[in-house]
Amino acid sequence: MKLNLRVWRQQHPETPGAMVTYEVDGISRDMSFLEMLDTLNEDLILRGEEPVAFDHDCREGICGACSLVINGDAHGPERTTACQLHMRSFRDGDTIDVEPWRAAAFPVVRDLVVDRSAFDRIIQAGGYVTVATGSAPEAHATAVPKADADRAFEHAECIGCGACVAACPNGSAMLFTSAKVNHLGALPQGSPERETRVLDMVAQMDAEGFGGCTLTGECATACPKGIPLPSIAAMNKEWLRANRTVRR
Amino acid sequence: MALATRTAPRPSPTPRTPVGRFWGSTLGMKAVMAVSGLIMLGYLVVHMLGNLKIFFGPDEFNAYGRWLRHMGEPFLHSHWGLWGARIVLLAAVLAHAVSAYRLSRRDLRARPVGYAHRRRRASYATRTMRWGGVILGLFIVWHLLDLTTLTVNENAQEGRPYENVVATFSTWYGNTVYLTAMLALGLHIRHGFWSAAQTLGAGTVRRDRTLKALANLLALVITAGFVSVPLAVMTGLVN
Repeated sequence: MKLNLRVWRQQHPETPGAMVTYEVDGISRDMSFLEMLDTLNEDLILRGEEPVAFDHDCREGICGACSLVINGDAHGPERTTACQLHMRSFRDGDTIDVEPWRAAAFPVVRDLVVDRSAFDRIIQAGGYVTVATGSAPEAHATAVPKADADRAFEHAECIGCGACVAACPNGSAMLFTSAKVNHLGALPQGSPERETRVLDMVAQMDAEGFGGCTLTGECATACPKGIPLPSIAAMNKEWLRANRTVRR
Repeated sequence: MALATRTAPRPSPTPRTPVGRFWGSTLGMKAVMAVSGLIMLGYLVVHMLGNLKIFFGPDEFNAYGRWLRHMGEPFLHSHWGLWGARIVLLAAVLAHAVSAYRLSRRDLRARPVGYAHRRRRASYATRTMRWGGVILGLFIVWHLLDLTTLTVNENAQEGRPYENVVATFSTWYGNTVYLTAMLALGLHIRHGFWSAAQTLGAGTVRRDRTLKALANLLALVITAGFVSVPLAVMTGLVN
């Protein structure tokens, strides 16, 4: 396959960037999107040019490091991560636009790499359970009803890639935050900190400069892990409840 | 060249009073929008049903108009019921508009750079919430000047709402303004009612279809009810 790529190039967070056109040849249909970018970078290095910086780690769709907006869609046309997107989803001769996540809370570090530490700080604000560490607890000590376990697992699937923020026209982090709040809130281990967790995580989310939710549903459409849109409603309910019960 | 992996840190949230925490949060502002929106929606259902009295002639409609001024009597003094309703509605409109303004500013700041590869996102009703809201705000001003204060009404007879309504819908601009606004209203309710349900935490996977259907039904019934009046005047059914 031969492709025309239009890639966002930006040297530094403070310098202006632009879309730059590249041609790549010899792309196999079975390559992942990231392998296609590797091919481009090899060409660039051989030509003595600066390779395109992009985030990647596990390349098996579970770490959430890759963060590419491909033809206007976070992670591209398939419902998966960019590393699990294969070139068979494109046609020979296609022009493909590759851009970084766009949100004020995710500033571009370089080219296609953005700083997602805002998500880390939301997690630090309350995305944990406080337990006595040491030896592993007896597995049957805390019984979890099957329905609660399923609900927790559904939300635990969130890999924190930030596709929800990238897809949202308001750059809102509601789907990410709701996944974490619903995951931990569904389990008995997470129940004692239920109220403070949602209040603190939402406060941090707002302080990071993410936008508000207008329920366009773009986030849930883009999410490679299928976190459902009603998770946001569940977090709203949790937040309103916490506001009524917590006095501090 | 080393790759910078971190950018400048951002401030952590400051501790607030419970009220400050609520009103300062995007979720709190959305809750205010949802509740004020539902108050206005409830009012619109009553308003639309009242409007349908126009199909039963000038006597019934004008008597209804008079009753609105004397609602709650003899328990309430004359006009107190009316002013009570007006104050609640004014508060709802202001709360809705102020939170919409604050949220919109925040949302636009949160996405300062758009994508070079644009594609159409979300439904028409969703995309037109902001401008639709502005249209409705302007419409309310015109509507009050036209049929409450009678400043811009062609007929402008105090105590004769039937004749005033017919006068408004006998002009091309009256019909155009009204029909445009009612279309915007239908779209606004379609996304707004469902959104309010999500914001107030009523949305679940199982309930989603019911809520969407209810939003469409409300939008359709309210728009159809309001639009029926200018259509009736235009076709000569009401004159």
